[in-house]
Amino acid sequence: MTVFSPRAAAPLARSATRRGTGRRALAAARRTLVVLGLPAVLIAVWWLVSEEYHSFYFPPLREIVETFGPTWFEGRITGDVVPSLTRLLSGYALAVVLGVVLGVLIGSSAKLRAFAEPVLEFFRAIPPPVMVPILMLFFGIGTTMKVIVIATGAVWPILLNTVEGVRGIDPLLRDTARTYRLRPLTRLRTLVLRGASPQIFTGARQALSIAIILMVISEMFAANNGLGFSIVQFQRSFALPEMWTGILLLGLVGVLLSLIFRAVERVVLAWYRGQRQSQRGGNR
Amino acid sequence: MTTATDRPATATRMLSVRGLHKVYESAGRPTEAIRDLTFDIAAGEMVCIVGPSGAGKTTLLRCIAGLLPPTGGDISLEGRPVAGPPKGMAVVFQDYARSLFPWLTVAQNVELPLREKRLPKAERHRLVERSLEAVGLADVPRSYPWQLSGGMQQRVAIARAVAYEPHILMMDEPFAAVDAQTRADLEDLVRDLWHRLGITLLFVTHDIDEAIYLGRRVLVLSGRPTVIMEDVAVDLPDERDQLGTRNLPRFGELRAHVYELVQKAKRGHRPENEPDAGASGAVGKEFPA
Ligand SMILES: Nc1ncnc2c1ncn2[C@@H]1O[C@H](COP(=O)(O)OP(=O)(O)OP(=O)(O)O)[C@@H](O)[C@H]1O
Ligand SMILES: [Mg+2]
Repeated sequence: MTVFSPRAAAPLARSATRRGTGRRALAAARRTLVVLGLPAVLIAVWWLVSEEYHSFYFPPLREIVETFGPTWFEGRITGDVVPSLTRLLSGYALAVVLGVVLGVLIGSSAKLRAFAEPVLEFFRAIPPPVMVPILMLFFGIGTTMKVIVIATGAVWPILLNTVEGVRGIDPLLRDTARTYRLRPLTRLRTLVLRGASPQIFTGARQALSIAIILMVISEMFAANNGLGFSIVQFQRSFALPEMWTGILLLGLVGVLLSLIFRAVERVVLAWYRGQRQSQRGGNR
Repeated sequence: MTTATDRPATATRMLSVRGLHKVYESAGRPTEAIRDLTFDIAAGEMVCIVGPSGAGKTTLLRCIAGLLPPTGGDISLEGRPVAGPPKGMAVVFQDYARSLFPWLTVAQNVELPLREKRLPKAERHRLVERSLEAVGLADVPRSYPWQLSGGMQQRVAIARAVAYEPHILMMDEPFAAVDAQTRADLEDLVRDLWHRLGITLLFVTHDIDEAIYLGRRVLVLSGRPTVIMEDVAVDLPDERDQLGTRNLPRFGELRAHVYELVQKAKRGHRPENEPDAGASGAVGKEFPA
């Protein structure tokens, strides 16, 4: 393979690069401002209004922020946050594996699809939280129940999107794989999974928010630790600033997970973005 | 199968198509794409197929490639009936852009079939590099297909087929998207490959000059439902070059003849009233079937 040597061109390009870096830094600063602008305004409004508005149920934001540290950093990280995240990630991972495996099987066979699709649509239409009481009967109130609740709720968008993705793979690409006699495992990895990856990611993104909701709900139903459990406990003991810190923390966890998700997606689907951009006719 | 000596004995039959019939059953209305095709291709031959648009050239190739089950008739390749993509065959599809994996780089696209053949790494890299160089794409191995122009994508598909070193190579209008100069280069590349590797080549094209320049035989197809208008033997010297060959008086005669046939085919003329009705043509019987 050719080894490119960008260093050779460096001296010439350096001044241009410096100017480019400056402009890029400016653009980045502007983007950050746009992204953080609205949150900053909302926080400021909340801060000021809650300071004036003396309500037991809506404590001042200042008080919530002051309570945050003592509430969470003295034992609750390992006691509540870590168990919650473990359940969330286990259930989510189970949903992804299950959804992709079943989705590939169903998407690869027209017969299986015709057979399974109505049933899948029905299950997808059931709001996942109603499954919690039923699953409690079978699996008790332990971690297993919560993982299964999360997995069974989050699996549907992944499953259905994977089916769509596998079905949408270009038939000519399949023919190419056949004429070059790619082995089943290569075909699965290089043709099917990569070909369906844009839809798999779409499903996985929807599944992530469902999984978070189900984690909280299952913990609110029955648990002795976890984020959802803590929030309910605070509410029941009228520790309202603490309850609000729990809600904030949940929001932050959600944002963080979605940022991680997007970073992974950026790398894995770089080809997809590039292809779509070039189809739209060049640079955005 | 046979070790590729300089040129395999012309007597061995590579491909045999007998009474091929293909009807598409889509949306309730059947389309008879191919009525009756019978021909043989010997190992190491280079055969071009021309015919009006919609004549069923792509359909024919897909049947031979084992991608499309025929409605009737038999196809066998290297003595074995075709029932699925056979070993040692490569196809360059007409829709080249859709046949490249958009999530693989150019080099990875070319290398993938070689991996499946379990070639050692060094050998794979040598083949990838050489075939990309042969099609003039040595400088873009790390680009993705969608970063390339249509003609470049087409050449990636050609490089992939070439690197695979098949016994039989089928190309469906492979040079439709490239400029005239590149086209001439690629024609010579294909001729050179054919010479060097002793492969059998089946080449579909719209371009009559190209068909005659490349082929030792030109199969002219009628309009749909398709039969063979004529099997034209190209009796030009084996050493060909772009200027010399195309200026030969015989080249001109052949071109006029094939042009005439294609025009007739377009007007709906069919060789039904000829003695050899519907089956293989009359003029260029090169070897006994
Ligand atoms: N999947 C299909 N379903 C129904 N009819 C089809 C299908 N594919 C091709 N046909 C029909 O079969 C006939 C032959 O098509 P084919 O693509 O083989 O022609 P072609 O000779 O390759 O044409 P071109 O030179 O334009 O590529 C056409 O009339 C076409 O409409
Ligand atoms: Mg065609």
